[in-house]
Amino acid sequence: MKLHLKIWRQKDKNTQGKLVDYWLEDVNPHMSFLEMLDTLNEKLVLSDEMPVEFDHDCREGICGQCGVMINGLAHGPLKNTTTCQLHLREFKDGETIVIEPFRSKAFPVKKDLKVDRAAFDRIIASGGFVSVNTGQAPEANSIPINHETAESAFDSAACIGCGACVATCKNGSAALFTSAKISHMAKLPQGKEEREHRVLNMVHQMDNEDFGHCSNTEACEVECPQSISVLNIAQMNYEYNRAKVLKK
Amino acid sequence: MNMDAKIPGGPLEEKWSNYKKNAKLVNPANRKKIDVIVVGTGLAGSSIAASLGEMGYNVKSFCFQDSARRAHSVAAQGGVNAAKNYKNDGDSVYRMFVDTLKGGDFRAREANVYRMAECSLNLIDQAVAQGVPFGREYGGYLNNRSFGGVQVSRTFYARGQTGQQLLIGAYQALMRQVHKKTVQLFTRHEMLDLVVIDGKARGIIVRNLDTGEIERHAAHAVVLATGGFGKIYYLSTLAMGCNGSAIWRAHKKGALMASPSWTQIHPTSLPQSGDYQSKLTLMSESLRNDGRIWVPLRENEQREANAIPEEERDYYLERRYPAFGNLAPRDISSRAAKERIDAGFGVGALKNAVYLDFSKAIREQGVAKIKEKYGNLFDMYRKITGIDAYKEPMMISPAAHFSMGGLWVDYELMTTIPGLFALGEANFADHGANRLGANSLLQASVDGYFIAPYTMANYLSGEIHTGKIPTDHPAFDEAEKQVKEQLERFVHSKGTKTVDQYHKTLGKLLYDYCGLSRNESGLQFAIAEIRKLRNEFYENVHIPGTVDTMNAELEKAGRVADYLEIGELMCYDALTRKESCGAHFREEYQTPDGEAMRNDADFQFISAWEWRGKDNEPTLHKEPLVFENVKPIVRSYK
Ligand SMILES: Cc1cc2nc3c(=O)[nH]c(=O)nc-3n(C[C@H](O)[C@H](O)[C@H](O)COP(=O)(O)OP(=O)(O)OC[C@H]3O[C@@H](n4cnc5c(N)ncnc54)[C@H](O)[C@@H]3O)c2cc1C
Ligand code: FES
Repeated sequence: MKLHLKIWRQKDKNTQGKLVDYWLEDVNPHMSFLEMLDTLNEKLVLSDEMPVEFDHDCREGICGQCGVMINGLAHGPLKNTTTCQLHLREFKDGETIVIEPFRSKAFPVKKDLKVDRAAFDRIIASGGFVSVNTGQAPEANSIPINHETAESAFDSAACIGCGACVATCKNGSAALFTSAKISHMAKLPQGKEEREHRVLNMVHQMDNEDFGHCSNTEACEVECPQSISVLNIAQMNYEYNRAKVLKK
Repeated sequence: MNMDAKIPGGPLEEKWSNYKKNAKLVNPANRKKIDVIVVGTGLAGSSIAASLGEMGYNVKSFCFQDSARRAHSVAAQGGVNAAKNYKNDGDSVYRMFVDTLKGGDFRAREANVYRMAECSLNLIDQAVAQGVPFGREYGGYLNNRSFGGVQVSRTFYARGQTGQQLLIGAYQALMRQVHKKTVQLFTRHEMLDLVVIDGKARGIIVRNLDTGEIERHAAHAVVLATGGFGKIYYLSTLAMGCNGSAIWRAHKKGALMASPSWTQIHPTSLPQSGDYQSKLTLMSESLRNDGRIWVPLRENEQREANAIPEEERDYYLERRYPAFGNLAPRDISSRAAKERIDAGFGVGALKNAVYLDFSKAIREQGVAKIKEKYGNLFDMYRKITGIDAYKEPMMISPAAHFSMGGLWVDYELMTTIPGLFALGEANFADHGANRLGANSLLQASVDGYFIAPYTMANYLSGEIHTGKIPTDHPAFDEAEKQVKEQLERFVHSKGTKTVDQYHKTLGKLLYDYCGLSRNESGLQFAIAEIRKLRNEFYENVHIPGTVDTMNAELEKAGRVADYLEIGELMCYDALTRKESCGAHFREEYQTPDGEAMRNDADFQFISAWEWRGKDNEPTLHKEPLVFENVKPIVRSYK
């Protein structure tokens, strides 16, 4: 199949970028989206042009490193799928595909399609953990956790930290990401001890980064590769209010 | 060459406690004076960096991804083993030790393997305390499944994302220390050389991948937890960035490499579908608990899977290995698949796959149960192939997956360079010639949480009075100069092929001649071809751009340059081991019915290789393996 690509090229953080046109003839519909970019890059390299920089690593939908806006949609047209798991069979022969970075104020573009998502790491560092040192843990089965609770904690913990939620949100809010960690921990007995501190610190850190506020459009859940539910945001708000009340 | 494994005295069960009893300590006030570099933020790297940070050492942690949470441990699906015996099915530390030793075809050290099994108990406790949501039974207690090659249920799992959940636990512990400023984190930094001063590991040279800047970092000890190098085969289940460069550059500075050719080829990956393909996706082995593997009885079968009646299917694992059937260990399953595919019974468009069929399990347990166990794997399969595996069998084929080989380490996980430690998949230590499923998340974790904190303290106790290591030592100048020269040379190379093209050619050579089966003439041929390829690479590779910016092609060039050397060493390793053991199958050494023939009289040792310069043959050193507790037997899964 043939494709017409319009790809965001930006030399570095401080340079203005623009969309550049590329044409690919003869790509195989079974190729993954990133393999299509590999093919383009091979051509660019051999004509001594700079290849398109894009983020990726595991290429199996779990590391959260990949992610671009494809025709205006985070990770492209398939629901709940990372960019690396998307295949060209989802596109039409001759189609024009616009490829842009996960743009958001809190995610500055580093080069071409790569953005800086370090703000996520800072949110986790501010409280997204259980304060247990190596060696302190009690016997694993000493605290039973019922099946449903464990499964529900897993649903929140499944977040891969790709940033699609932020990129897709019109406000650039990190509420889904932050809340997923807060609920993962709040649901488990191990996380309950630090419940109040955690939510206050993490929300505080989130507010200090350049993220916008959540206005409940629920667009994030739609694009999330792991189907993280917006109910996590409700739980975060509950935890936050609860912590505020208890603090007084 | 000092290759003393330093195995502590006493009976097997007491060796590790004896070691801990006698190990030297560093008192809390002195820990502040000690700097440690940890390269890698996978399970091994995150856990050691966090643990050392908690104890009060100054730690610097490095990874090439943009966040520590993305290390390739994240991709492990199936589970992690521990001898908790929660199922009351006869498991114990001793049994796990025997299973691992036997699974590894008696090519690992007894004492190391026993210690790994022993520490497995604590790992589950630690992970649960961190909030890892392992699968649970309705009563609220932890659940287990059984995993390739063993007869007890000792595998803990978090749906099909066990590696992700364990890594997130370790990553969070790491970020907690980053917040407390005991650990400084350097993401998007790649280690390009090791700095050795007066025979000791004293620092590293790294490149900031975002800016191209070259930096020097000094420390009293350096830990390499840089994962496996199976990506050398190009098509593999590893991430695109996985590499052998950190350990290889340490090797060139004097650390021995052990058994580099022992690569686990995983039986249940998705088959290759074309030349453009960049990786092979693993379908968790846990699928083999409920899936049955078969190929058509008829050669060159044209009918679709569902149209082939039961009596015309060959469940070849159940046929050849009735005791273990579909759960036969990985090396055996992969080889059996290759045997059928090579004989013309493969399925799929390229005839390079076998079926993995769930129809029986779905009939017996219902779709809902199967969905709960493997839902995300079935979804992933559909995304990649467009096929609904609830309705027709999956197609799978073998893929390069895990490096049993790596840097040689002693019982303390220290390499032959004092002060240089290797943890996790980067070392060779615990899996022998074949790793059992769900044992490597375990190994990476226990190396970092429970072993290295003791053994490193034992070493660092001698460094209390050393003082800061200066980064202006001539050894740093020299290492930095070499790194810069190599990078400059690359960007001036404007030939006609891309780095990936060389990587693919090398990968294919290794897969054909140093993969699932090997023979003498093939290995000699591969060595000659790799040398040619390497020369051509330096003449003819095309690398765009400059060194002082973000430049993905330049990053890949350094990794492939190293692969072109590692590949040659792998072939020497395979060539000189004139026996078949575990994943190493030499065609000349097999029984009449095609099983591996081990030769304990001549090869009961670990091959550890010394670098002798670019154009010289490497030197082989042997560490004899002594079995005091278990008598090596012929592995039989029949
Ligand atoms: C698809 C897949 C599924 C698996 N499933 C299972 C399973 O179910 N159970 C099981 O037990 N095992 C499984 N394994 C194996 C297991 O995941 C790995 O062996 C283990 O996670 C390795 O951990 P590690 O910490 O040693 O390395 P990794 O997690 O690979 O971490 C390596 C780290 O080193 C860094 N690094 C590498 N090179 C450099 C450099 N030059 N400079 C700076 N940083 C560098 C990387 O950035 C990364 O942070 C699986 C492996 C794969 C590939
Ligand atoms: S590359 Fe890892 S999630 Fe896409």
